[in-house]
Amino acid sequence: MTEAILLENVWKYYGDYPALRNYSLKIEEHSCWALIGRNGAGKTTLLRILGGLTPFQRGTVRIFGEPPRSARARRQIGFLGHGIGVYEDLTARENLVFFARLAGMAHHAAVADTWLERVGLTGAGNMPVRQFSRGMRQRLALARTFLHRPSVLLLDEPFTSLDDRAIRMLTELLEEARQRGATIVLSTHQIREALAAASHVGVMENGKLRYAGERTAEMLEDPSLLYSFYAA
Amino acid sequence: MQHERLLLGEAKTPERLARPAFTLATPLRELVQAWWIARKDLAIELRTKESVNAAGAFAITILLMFSFAFDPTEAENRAYFGGLLWLVFAFAGALIFNRGFARELPNECLDALLASPLSPSSLLLGKAISIFAMLVLVEFASLLVFGVFYDVRWWRHAGPLAGVFLLATWGIAVIGAVFGALTVNLRLRELMLPILVYPVLIPLLIAATELSGTLFQNQPFSSDQLLWVRLLIVFDVVFTALAAALAETILLN
Repeated sequence: MTEAILLENVWKYYGDYPALRNYSLKIEEHSCWALIGRNGAGKTTLLRILGGLTPFQRGTVRIFGEPPRSARARRQIGFLGHGIGVYEDLTARENLVFFARLAGMAHHAAVADTWLERVGLTGAGNMPVRQFSRGMRQRLALARTFLHRPSVLLLDEPFTSLDDRAIRMLTELLEEARQRGATIVLSTHQIREALAAASHVGVMENGKLRYAGERTAEMLEDPSLLYSFYAA
Repeated sequence: MQHERLLLGEAKTPERLARPAFTLATPLRELVQAWWIARKDLAIELRTKESVNAAGAFAITILLMFSFAFDPTEAENRAYFGGLLWLVFAFAGALIFNRGFARELPNECLDALLASPLSPSSLLLGKAISIFAMLVLVEFASLLVFGVFYDVRWWRHAGPLAGVFLLATWGIAVIGAVFGALTVNLRLRELMLPILVYPVLIPLLIAATELSGTLFQNQPFSSDQLLWVRLLIVFDVVFTALAAALAETILLN
């Protein structure tokens, strides 16, 4: 397998505080990594660096051999951060058409409709997002992230606000994305759901990687095993 | 029909749906992307009317207050008209470009844009286009009020006046977009933006004031005044090029 994401000796400071400390990780193509760690472990910072949204002070970051801010890398990235990244004053459909256009996709209207159907928002497609519930917003955000079929999916807490049916939908989306060859990195506190989708696990603490390796059957059976990787 | 076929038939395959719409040369693609950004901003503005209403009301109120506060002679009036108008537009403009990038803050839309295939220069250019369109609207509404309350028949010189206004407004829009991006994450954004923008706009405002004043006094442009026109063009070209070249740095820092 070839390398989709490479981080080598990455240091990221917020003022004097090191959010990532000499962080190195290689993520192979077609793999799904679940980043697990307590608040402040550096998961969000790591995803933002991979998404080209946060500059870092030292080290090397590559997405398919390109810096994350390169046009080629950005065309391959689907990023879902803490914010849902859609406009309150536009309808769900207008939001998806807008992002499909930015991605330069043909048939943007059909793409939008297909994704509205996929995330169960067809009936709410012409409603402004400001009238949506939290769960509906998160589903729309997922449609926005997946719609241009990115090769690298960077998802920060994607299970947040989703009910059991929507969690099943997201798990299916992740599985489909992996089957078509996408590489996925997701951070989460919902360990059970993340482990079910993941092929690999990274446990982070204080900006360092405490564990990086394949997700084992034991982890799936007893997610609390992961806490043994924490230093204290 | 095509839409139905896409949903029911071949377009159901994600590969087909994900196919790029165009393979344009980079500059043209960036212009198209800038247009989508501007169109999105204008669609939101059309629904909320938060920038244009505030800026329009502000501009018209200031014009009315000046018309009641002073009682100069007609000759004095004509000499000051250019300056008065451009000061009003500059202040009203601050209300518009304050919202330009602030609109991207809720739901972290700016992150979604920056992580998308959109080029940073397209984002900045798109913002400048939407600010430009809103400013032109406010300027036109203000000119109507200005014509009535100051008894100025500006439409006699509508052609040259439109040229001056469009050139100067584009310069204001580009500077507004650039500094709007730079200050978007500042807590005192509303205060900082005008403080940063106005010094940079001084040459443009002087040129626009000189040229508009000449037209309001029913005089043709002299060769000296053509230098001001050149200054407006150079200002627009230089700052548009700088904004495009430095967009990545401006937006990520």
